[in-house]
Amino acid sequence: MDRLDMRQIWKEFGGIAALSGAGFSARAGEVHALMGENGAGKSTLMKILAGAYSHDGGEIRIGGEPVSITNPQDAIRNGVSIIYQEFSLASDLTVAENILIETLGHGMFVNRRAMHARAAELLARMGFDDIDPGEIAGGLTIARQQVVEICKALSRDCSILVLDEPTAVLTTHETEKLFNLVRRLRDQGVCIVYISHRLDEIFSLCDRVTVLKDGATVGTWETGALDHTSLVNLMIGRELKDFFPERQITPGPVALEVDALAAGGLVSDISFTVRRGEVLGIGGLVGAGRTEVLRAIFGADPVSAGEIRIDGRPRTIRSPGDAVRAGIGLVPEDRKQQGCLLDLPILNNAMLTPVNPHLGFWGLIREARERGATEALRSRLNLKAASIDAEAGTLSGGNQQKVAIMKWLVSGCEILLLDEPTRGVDVGAKVEIYRVINELAANGAAIVMVSSEMLELIGMCDRVIVMRAGRLAGELSGEELTEEGIIELAMGRKNVH
Amino acid sequence: MSTNPKAPGLVSLLVTYNIYIMLAALVVISTLLSEHFLTLQNLFNLLRQLAPLALVSIGMLLVILTGGIDLSVGSIAAIGGMGVAMAMPALPFDGATALLICVFGGVLFGALLGAINGALVAGFGMASFVATLAMMTMARGLAYMLSNGQPVRFPRDLPTAQILTGFGSKGLPGIGLPWPVLAVLVVIALFVFLLRRTNWGRLTVATGSNENAVRLAGLPVWRYKFLAFTLSGALSALAGIFVTARTAVGTPVTGIGLELDAIAACVIGGALLSGGRGTVTNTMIGVLILGLIGNIMNLMSVPAYPQQIIKGVIIILAVLMQGIGARAKRRV
Repeated sequence: MDRLDMRQIWKEFGGIAALSGAGFSARAGEVHALMGENGAGKSTLMKILAGAYSHDGGEIRIGGEPVSITNPQDAIRNGVSIIYQEFSLASDLTVAENILIETLGHGMFVNRRAMHARAAELLARMGFDDIDPGEIAGGLTIARQQVVEICKALSRDCSILVLDEPTAVLTTHETEKLFNLVRRLRDQGVCIVYISHRLDEIFSLCDRVTVLKDGATVGTWETGALDHTSLVNLMIGRELKDFFPERQITPGPVALEVDALAAGGLVSDISFTVRRGEVLGIGGLVGAGRTEVLRAIFGADPVSAGEIRIDGRPRTIRSPGDAVRAGIGLVPEDRKQQGCLLDLPILNNAMLTPVNPHLGFWGLIREARERGATEALRSRLNLKAASIDAEAGTLSGGNQQKVAIMKWLVSGCEILLLDEPTRGVDVGAKVEIYRVINELAANGAAIVMVSSEMLELIGMCDRVIVMRAGRLAGELSGEELTEEGIIELAMGRKNVH
Repeated sequence: MSTNPKAPGLVSLLVTYNIYIMLAALVVISTLLSEHFLTLQNLFNLLRQLAPLALVSIGMLLVILTGGIDLSVGSIAAIGGMGVAMAMPALPFDGATALLICVFGGVLFGALLGAINGALVAGFGMASFVATLAMMTMARGLAYMLSNGQPVRFPRDLPTAQILTGFGSKGLPGIGLPWPVLAVLVVIALFVFLLRRTNWGRLTVATGSNENAVRLAGLPVWRYKFLAFTLSGALSALAGIFVTARTAVGTPVTGIGLELDAIAACVIGGALLSGGRGTVTNTMIGVLILGLIGNIMNLMSVPAYPQQIIKGVIIILAVLMQGIGARAKRRV
């Protein structure tokens, strides 16, 4: 019997239908994938299930009984737990306190020992008995924080667990561990709703797939009945081969040379070069130091050793301001926290740079020039927004990423460091970002791109360097540039060079 | 499912203009309550009294825009007002130049105290609440020390003082628009221009909106914060001088609680205490709303203590309205 059954759910936001009769049903003991482009209604549907939104029409049945979920407490009472991309852990509390946070409210005193024992038991049940319940949650890696989140859900005996893009922040190894955990929960009879943009995961983990499009259900299929192409076609009606647009460029002169760079205790002895027109990928596990390398080059973290040469000349970069003036731009991994000013218009985001050629004397804003430049970038990057006065926060993830890139094009940066540029955006937006990267490279930019998605590295990059534990594990290009090759270097099974 | 199609329009209208509506309502109420309200005499008096709060609120807004708070404004105002009162008779010469030197010196000293706030916050990463709380008690202590806790009087016939008190009590010949009000209008215009038309203003707002993003864009975040506190200090000292000009005495108790009124004006004007949102003009509406509330109650002879309660209630109402409005807007 279906554990969860959502039928004909309607939801409007100010007269615009976000969901028009969407629904699906999932069984106990199955992993059910929910697929669809951003804006297809996955999040809205899940927020309704979680009680974060009310629904305007339709019915939710849990265990065959119609239930009314009007607030998060209702959802929890009905055994629904959602693990969002943004965790809701209290980062200053311990693991045990986080897992059992709801019970903290009961009674006057906290039995710390019992709490630790219960938390340890839950962690062990999930195969993570190496996490100390007494550790401060904020000090854990993202992957482990996620495990704590899942434990928290289990602590309240949830029968329906929704995972919203759980692997976006995980390494290959961690992902495998999470999958094992998900399978274990499935075998224990939990009904798992799994949201991800990564097709591979759907096929290796999920039993059935429901595809949403434009707020309605396209249909539900057994995973075995579909392949990559048919699934993508169901979601966007586009062919897989358009995934990685063709790029034919003969690389120009060397733009950036990094020589024996060391930074922050973790990263050491990193050397590489990037030519104009070239896309260099940096692969490796999360925590291998890839972000740290980009930040050190950009002057956001202090460099402890090594040299950075731009167009053949050594440059001292002590701050991001120095880097921008030297022609380097960084698009950080976390666009909401670091890349964009979500509350401010696109125009202000585009002009957020110490090298703004459109300013007049005394920093006077010349609005007509700035608007013209921003409009030009908007069409060059194919930015989908009502106007350049729209707040960045109202845009979709892919378009926010384009906004984050805009300021470097305004500044004339020709060396762009992109950290996970397609993290958490849907398939269509990924293709858009790939197109933008190719366009920038074709115009002579040198691009360094960190990515955890191997298909992306293989499809986009001319060469890929792989990092392991803060050091360079090797470089791959041409025939050698395969998923196996990257994994072997990243995990340390083999050393090239 | 279906909602009244007219509702979003009305709601967004209320959201956008809620403080203007509130201001208009207060004006109407005041006019109905007292025949004296809508006289130039009363209005000019009201504005004259509000001039110092307006100056302080602009400085406060700058700090709030960067995501900080400045609790030391009232104490710095006291130092500015007293400093001028003490310096005028002490100077070996008289007249306009002497006054300019006194005012300039007072504002500069206020800027210095503000810069210390700024250095603590922007340079040492101290929470602005704590840094300016410390400055608030230090500056107040200094004000008491300088005067032994007594009001500082100065000879009324001193030419320098006559110019100052003339500025404080007289107005533009003809219409009688008070000089301090005129001066505040100039300052308002200046900061409206700076915030809207210069890169500095834009980046000050950006700093409060998302400090991390601004830093990672290669911009010197500390500079915007430091400048905001420095300007807040300068404007506070100037506000204190305006008080001395109006009352013809410098006292160490000037501006006690002024920081709260200034924060209230910003918040009523829609500024976000987390930074990144707020405008000078709306903050000035906030100042007017606060002033009108006081004026109405004075006209109605409401005693001082209940006034405070009513003021608090109105601040809560104003912010509640904005909250409801903002939520409605998000749904639209």
